[in-house]
Amino acid sequence: MSTPTGRTVELDRRAWVVQVMGLPVSVHLRGPDVHDDAVAARVERFFTWLRAADATFSTYRPESEIGRLAGREPDPATASPLVREVAELCELARTRTGGRFDARRLPLPTGGAGYDPSGLVKGWAVQRAAGWLADLAGHDLCLNAGGDVVLHAGADRPAWRVGIEDPDRPGHLLDVLDRRDGAVATSGTARRGAHIVDPRTGRPATALRSVTVVGPDLLWADVYATAAMTRDADDALTWLTGLADHEALLVTADGRIRATGHWPGTRPGSPPAR
Amino acid sequence: MRRITIWLLSTVTALVLLFSYRTSTMGVGGGTSAVAVDRGGTTPGSGDTPTGTGPGSGVPGGDTGEGANTGQGGNTGDSASTGDSGGGSYDGSVAQTRWGPVQVRITVAGGRITDVTALQVPDGNFRDQQINDYAVPILRQAALTAQSARIDTVSGATVTSDGYRESLQAAIDAAHLR
Repeated sequence: MSTPTGRTVELDRRAWVVQVMGLPVSVHLRGPDVHDDAVAARVERFFTWLRAADATFSTYRPESEIGRLAGREPDPATASPLVREVAELCELARTRTGGRFDARRLPLPTGGAGYDPSGLVKGWAVQRAAGWLADLAGHDLCLNAGGDVVLHAGADRPAWRVGIEDPDRPGHLLDVLDRRDGAVATSGTARRGAHIVDPRTGRPATALRSVTVVGPDLLWADVYATAAMTRDADDALTWLTGLADHEALLVTADGRIRATGHWPGTRPGSPPAR
Repeated sequence: MRRITIWLLSTVTALVLLFSYRTSTMGVGGGTSAVAVDRGGTTPGSGDTPTGTGPGSGVPGGDTGEGANTGQGGNTGDSASTGDSGGGSYDGSVAQTRWGPVQVRITVAGGRITDVTALQVPDGNFRDQQINDYAVPILRQAALTAQSARIDTVSGATVTSDGYRESLQAAIDAAHLR
């Protein structure tokens, strides 16, 4: 970091990586106390919360609250407060995406289709718990959950630099963003094939290779990126452009890279064709 | 400059280790040992001299062809190299991989990495040769990509636990595990 006088200020940085919810989740903290036990304990609390969320919501665990429902929708009268919260958010997400995110009709690990809030739970759980880490006075946070990112940096410290991975060439970057706050979420077919299903047709989404959404929080950036994957390129760009406080970069099935008008990276915006 | 070089060497070492474990079931613990071996054998300023660009003079654009530079990318390197020599070549320590010892040399000019070459690779038999053909370009490209963009994290399609070991994010994480 460079000060106005040109002096260099060293910022300690420390990373923790844990596999949880089936994902590698890494926490990077930057600041004076990253090697203190109190900071490590707070990071541990963050991971403990993610494990607890997984134990409640995993569709792969028959004994979890969602697993016990076996594809049925939770009943607000009997559901735990957290499940009720997520169910309400899933309903809001269905409304905001015009039914392209729909937790009620998804393929289940046990076969068949039914209620599966997993597509929202990761972003929700990470975003909710990220507050405990972003609240560390004098420290900056760079959190990555399986390719989805939450950031916080003080105004007097360098922004975090977020590379956007090329879906066709893992390890290579499409673009780089400087961000101090908010979230960056990417949905795509690169690592797990065409696994995103359009809930309205039941068919896998194939028009886009990846969609990256930048926004104020991970829950919605992630939901919007996933929902945009079920559209074609022009339709996705039009829809994403209409979302306040969000910008997006997408790669089409034929390899074209396009972005909304105020995309904050180095790629110029390429609005939908008329 | 020294700070950034050590970071780079640890990144490259981490990549060597990550690569060496890519067929095993080992998790991110490999990165921890990478930090322990990243300091040997640095030879600042030996041999190669920086070509033209001194500290603070910006970015030799397009050296990796990634299109990832934003034009502000030089700032970290500039401050890191303040009051130090502008470049040189730095030899990483020898990393023992499952196929044998691997050692890389990083060339730095104007505060940024310009080349990564393998000084020592295992070449005992045909299988090793195949591995080298595959491993060395990966090491080189991954190190150049990470450094050219100087990124802190990577957003991409959901990374599974299996894919993580070979990801750029794993290399970045490994460089900061303590």
